[in-house]
Amino acid sequence: MLKDIEHPLQKYIRPGTNYTTCPGCGNGILAQSTLRAIKNLELDFDNIVFVSGIGCAGWIPSPSFNTDVLHVTHGRAIAYATGVKLTNPKLKVVVFSGDGDLSAIGGNHFIHAARRNIDLTVICVNNRIYGMTSGQAAPTTPKNSKTTTTPYGNMENTFDLSDLAKSAGATFVARWTTYHARQLTKSIAKAIDKKGFSFIEAISQCPVHYGKVIGMRNDAPSMMKEFKSKSIHINKIDSLSNESSDDKIIVGELVNENEKAELTDLMQSLRTEVGTDG
Amino acid sequence: MKNNKTDFIQGNIACVEGAIVAGCKFFAGYPITPASEIAEHMSERMFQVNGTFIQTEDELSSIAAVVGSSWAGAKAMTATSGPGISLMQENIGLAIATETPLVIVDVQRGGPSTGSPSISLQGDTIQVKYGSQGEYQVISIAPSSPQEMFDYTIWAFNIAEKFRTPVFVMADVMVGHMREQVEYPEDYNELEIFDRKILDDPDSTEGRFLSTEVAPMPIFGNGFKANVTGSTHDEFGWRNVSDPKVMDNFIKKLTNKILNNKSEIIRTEKEYMEDAEVVLLSYGSVSRAALETVHTAREKEIKVGSYRLVTVWPFPEKEISKMSENVEKIIVLENNLGQIYPYVRSAVDGKAEVELLSPSVLGEFFEPNYILNKIKEAK
Amino acid sequence: MIYIKKDMCKGCGLCIEFCPVNILKFSEDLNEKGVYPPEVTDINKCIECENCMIYCPDFAIFLEKGGVKNEK
Repeated sequence: MLKDIEHPLQKYIRPGTNYTTCPGCGNGILAQSTLRAIKNLELDFDNIVFVSGIGCAGWIPSPSFNTDVLHVTHGRAIAYATGVKLTNPKLKVVVFSGDGDLSAIGGNHFIHAARRNIDLTVICVNNRIYGMTSGQAAPTTPKNSKTTTTPYGNMENTFDLSDLAKSAGATFVARWTTYHARQLTKSIAKAIDKKGFSFIEAISQCPVHYGKVIGMRNDAPSMMKEFKSKSIHINKIDSLSNESSDDKIIVGELVNENEKAELTDLMQSLRTEVGTDG
Repeated sequence: MKNNKTDFIQGNIACVEGAIVAGCKFFAGYPITPASEIAEHMSERMFQVNGTFIQTEDELSSIAAVVGSSWAGAKAMTATSGPGISLMQENIGLAIATETPLVIVDVQRGGPSTGSPSISLQGDTIQVKYGSQGEYQVISIAPSSPQEMFDYTIWAFNIAEKFRTPVFVMADVMVGHMREQVEYPEDYNELEIFDRKILDDPDSTEGRFLSTEVAPMPIFGNGFKANVTGSTHDEFGWRNVSDPKVMDNFIKKLTNKILNNKSEIIRTEKEYMEDAEVVLLSYGSVSRAALETVHTAREKEIKVGSYRLVTVWPFPEKEISKMSENVEKIIVLENNLGQIYPYVRSAVDGKAEVELLSPSVLGEFFEPNYILNKIKEAK
Repeated sequence: MIYIKKDMCKGCGLCIEFCPVNILKFSEDLNEKGVYPPEVTDINKCIECENCMIYCPDFAIFLEKGGVKNEK
């Protein structure tokens, strides 16, 4: 009997695929949050293109999402997505990227897409480590963390990706953790619906390769409970003293602008204005 | 479309106009000497023809956006010079692996490294063939005049679309910046313009990749649920990175798609070859000097012919081998230190003498007299 | 009704941890993957919050709202 009953999101999954992530990985939670957002928006899945790069996060849409998926080189997903969106603005284009993919090797594309305010939704799975290559330090790895490439502790400062997106000009920015799967669903729906560059930072657990760094090896439940205890909503941030805020994850919808012109709209106006022999 | 019959224009501008005639609707590029005029002219023209221009943050994103655009259904191109090609190489590999039709114009300049932006060099001949990792084949076309920048950009789009693969237009400073009279077609409707074959039905069981006959492309937004990846994959895009047989099929289908169709892709131009004893073998801007030399030599009743490779890759080894049976000597003229020279030697395989001749100063125009003296020395 | 696709489970324990009424526990039997998937101890206590479903990284547990019943 059980074989006939499907997961409510099964229709979005490409037949013949399943999630090959490590046990407890946040990827599947974020896949669900995204698909549930699309389901709630009642969007035609065929009208959404997913683009992803290299790293564990790249495997969230590809090949599992049963629509057009483009799985590209390390760091370049946003650049590919830009070409897709500019060419067919009717498509919703969603990029999945890890923190290394997005902010190290692909950092330039990230800030410039935000600056252009092109209508893309970028979902960053920030697990604060290079998971696919087994646990090297990323630009998001907390200071002093011991990783496989920082055996004496990480000397470098960390990127705040949401701040970066905000400064670069994104019109919608939200940060949540995998613990906030419901809030993520709502914010992802808003991001996809919004015309303009939208950024979702999803703090996620890598129980295998980051878990070992913080003494929670293979322990996804403890990592997510820590997300819960460390998170503070942006609206409550003023009540925190500076001392305790360092260790906190500020969550919530950090930017939601409505006034900024979007790139594909501007280009369409220009075509109307200067078009001759199209 | 241009309604006037001729224009006195730069090669780079002719290239843009050719692209528009071919149906190009997307250009992404990054400023670089000596190719910037292409981006500049595209920025004006694309929006006039219902197309898109974007100046990206770097060359990596230019080629990436072009690939994305092609998957969204547009004929798309970028233009750069050697340093930009170097930066694009990884994503060019993805374009080859995913069988993405697009055109890359390389207005070559001096190198290595930053080199000499305004000095001509055929320095990228090999880098476009083998610059990205792995085993693959490319198509490259070498124009020698603004007229050919127009004509061959159209042709480049046609073969890119037909074979679902990137095509390089290998210009250089001389051809890109040269101004000459360019004739536009009398009747644009009579031009042969080839559009890619698109998958016609989402439920089709026809393969979408890896056919030497060229598989129909599952363009985004049509319900094809395209599964596109730069990883090793099968005819439907399913990734398989552990089975050597799948990789063997992946590489051989991609390469044979081009190699099996060499007769359709390869173009050579022959002048005075019927009775030639010495042959000047050249490509691109150098072919102008070769031709000039042949004319001078013939006036002096020296039996010299010109054998020009219009397409450099795939390499016409059979054609060169056959040609070499009837000649004494082949002088390979290249504005570099011999990038196709080893290929020519290999194709000739001892049937004639093969010698390399670079300009006396790299980057300067080949002096016809300099070439002629070398011929006389050889005789 | 809670459905558990036992062989899709990788045994991470997130559904058990985040069940607010503590009606999930690791079962005694290994699945195909060699881990212990969850089982429902008392379906009548289920409040249909969907935590087990939305926190499952493997799409292995889900529920249908409206009436609770343990699917064997």
